[in-house]
Amino acid sequence: MDWWPLGNFWAHFAVFALAIIVFVLLMVMVFIWFERRAFGPFQMRWGPNRASPWGALQPVADAIKVLLKEDIVPAVADKWVHFIAPVVGFLPVLLIFAVVPFHDGHGLIPDMSIGILYVVAISALSVVGVFMAGWSSGNKYSLLGGMRVIAQMVSYEVPLVLSIISVVLVAGSLSMNEIVAAQEIPFFVLMPLGFLIFLIAAMAEINRGPFDLLEADSEIVAGFHIEYSGMKFAMFYLAEYGHALAMSAVAATLFFGGWRGPGDEYIGFLWFLLKVFFIFFLLIWARVTFPRLRVDHLMGFGWKFLFPLALMNVFVVAAEMIVWGEIDGGMPWWIVFINLPAALVLIYLWSRLFRFGGGRVGVNA
Amino acid sequence: MESMSSLSTDMELKTEPFVLNMGPQHPSTHGVFRMRVLLDGEVVVDLEPIFGYLHRGIEKLAETRTYTQVIPLTDRLLYLSSMACNHAYVRSVEKLAGIHVPERGEYIRVIMDELMRISSHLMAVGFFLNDLGCSVYTPLLYMYREREKILDMFEMVCGQRLTYNYMRVGGVSGDVPEEFMPVLKRFVAEMPHFIAEYEQLLAENEILLARTKGVGVLPRELAINASASGPVLRASGVKWDIRKADPYSVYDRFDFEVPIGQVGDNYDRYRVRIMEMHQSLRILEQAMRQFPAGEACAKLPQLLRPAVGEAYGRVETPQGEMGFYVVSDNSIAPYRMHIRPPALLNLTALKDMVVGWKVADVIATFGSIDIAMGEVDR
Repeated sequence: MDWWPLGNFWAHFAVFALAIIVFVLLMVMVFIWFERRAFGPFQMRWGPNRASPWGALQPVADAIKVLLKEDIVPAVADKWVHFIAPVVGFLPVLLIFAVVPFHDGHGLIPDMSIGILYVVAISALSVVGVFMAGWSSGNKYSLLGGMRVIAQMVSYEVPLVLSIISVVLVAGSLSMNEIVAAQEIPFFVLMPLGFLIFLIAAMAEINRGPFDLLEADSEIVAGFHIEYSGMKFAMFYLAEYGHALAMSAVAATLFFGGWRGPGDEYIGFLWFLLKVFFIFFLLIWARVTFPRLRVDHLMGFGWKFLFPLALMNVFVVAAEMIVWGEIDGGMPWWIVFINLPAALVLIYLWSRLFRFGGGRVGVNA
Repeated sequence: MESMSSLSTDMELKTEPFVLNMGPQHPSTHGVFRMRVLLDGEVVVDLEPIFGYLHRGIEKLAETRTYTQVIPLTDRLLYLSSMACNHAYVRSVEKLAGIHVPERGEYIRVIMDELMRISSHLMAVGFFLNDLGCSVYTPLLYMYREREKILDMFEMVCGQRLTYNYMRVGGVSGDVPEEFMPVLKRFVAEMPHFIAEYEQLLAENEILLARTKGVGVLPRELAINASASGPVLRASGVKWDIRKADPYSVYDRFDFEVPIGQVGDNYDRYRVRIMEMHQSLRILEQAMRQFPAGEACAKLPQLLRPAVGEAYGRVETPQGEMGFYVVSDNSIAPYRMHIRPPALLNLTALKDMVVGWKVADVIATFGSIDIAMGEVDR
């Protein structure tokens, strides 16, 4: 980065690594506050409004409370795995931000040539931490949660990647910054179906909303983190919201043109933030509205609905790239008039064909 | 290739079912219910309900209290429909002592019962959806909004919001205040819109349908054999409602339907409750129109000494048929009191409903039965 006075990679690395950690921690706090405030109107109540104006310090109060709690390790737990699991769960979330371009070309390594591939690879890793937690706690609920998260990850990673492929096809690059640069028209306009699939798969990936099977509080109590308290629990909480932040940032980058937006070029970061909040709001909306899916429904939905749709989306986008891809160096804007109806028709037709399935299983007790 | 295939047979996974102990400390067991669930992965192989954690010996306690002092105990049975429990008890004592209740008292009781039914069904549907995994309580909070209005009305008449202790042998503890009727009128007028709102939000939700349709089926025969009652029985397609089958109080003067389901799955149980709310509103409307003047409570001695004998009085609570079997030895306290608990009896069919389904369905089916542990354990 030539604007940086030291002009040195390591200085750049140190500054941005620190900046990202601070950014993630702060944003997680803001997200927690934002989510709880947003729940208020959805549920005809206020949300937190006691700690400082608009309850803005509520996450701080929560953090203090949770950090002061006693740290309990169950007697039957696998101590080391139990200890490491929150870190393994949280680390990949931080690592995702390495390739996120916060502003035009600004980030830790926003120009990494395999940017989005790196995101997909790293993002899936946090599942390992969750499974470690589920396995090591020595609790049957947490074991069920750990098993569920593996099944969920396997089902949703494929549509997620396929929806990203359509983006890569149009942008012609894997680098996050290039993808943003390619978005004269935001990609959610060009491929609404791809965006929808990405959003749903991302919800499942970050285990929120109707896909929070692994911690399903009404069934398996708290799932994988049932035996965690204090700081370690806070780490999982941090990881959950950090992951939501990361996925919102990735979605904003892939489909909403990241830092691009009208106005002065210096406010690119603000545009990026605005888009992140918008996507996160969609996640909140889904979470507050829908009942939870059952574990077999979830896999059926992933494999039988999202996966074929994602394939078709890739096919449609690829065909359009062959036919119209060369017009003024990218997809023409009027493609939306083909893709939006195509998306609606595909979703409609496929939802007629699709059945959740998964009925009563014969057991011999 | 050959070594591969031999490898796969060697590494074949050996699995065995494991026991998961759900409850008594579990967020979705509606109190302190405990299920010993045998699981094969996520699939339920066996289920053994265990209860008694909230046993307070209410039947025994009743033997050391006067007939009036027992009424607060009945509040602690189905605590989300205390009025109906009150009614069941006072009805059996009235039967035992041959007491005639003034007409106004009967109408007040019917109004309270039906308000209680709406409130209880709201909670049943809300908690059912909560058990389905609306993990941040959204539907429940919408239901709470209307329940609050009903509780405000109860507070008007008896000063309590949960354990009312409102009904008395021979009537009710006090007449309704004059500001009650306008509030009730407004509630009855606006409630259909709120129910329509729930329908709009829930009725065609794809996840809800997938989670509830065909899940936890209670067949007609089994429902009858398990002596289920209330919405659980009616969802299985049996048209049985004490209000129609054995009209008590002034229920024979109202025109209302008994909604039934076809399959007896979770969805039907949820639908029956929603439809019953509409019917309760119909009854309330008619009761308001016919509301007579007069005394709210019969003139009775302070201490009741019914003649030696026994009586069984039953009413249709929101959960089903609740009956009190009261035996008198001509003293001031019941010689013996036995409760027919609707939720406990509905619960007995739980195992047959959930075996073969997933863990999540156990909770959903359990929620659809709508129990209160205060009544199951007594």
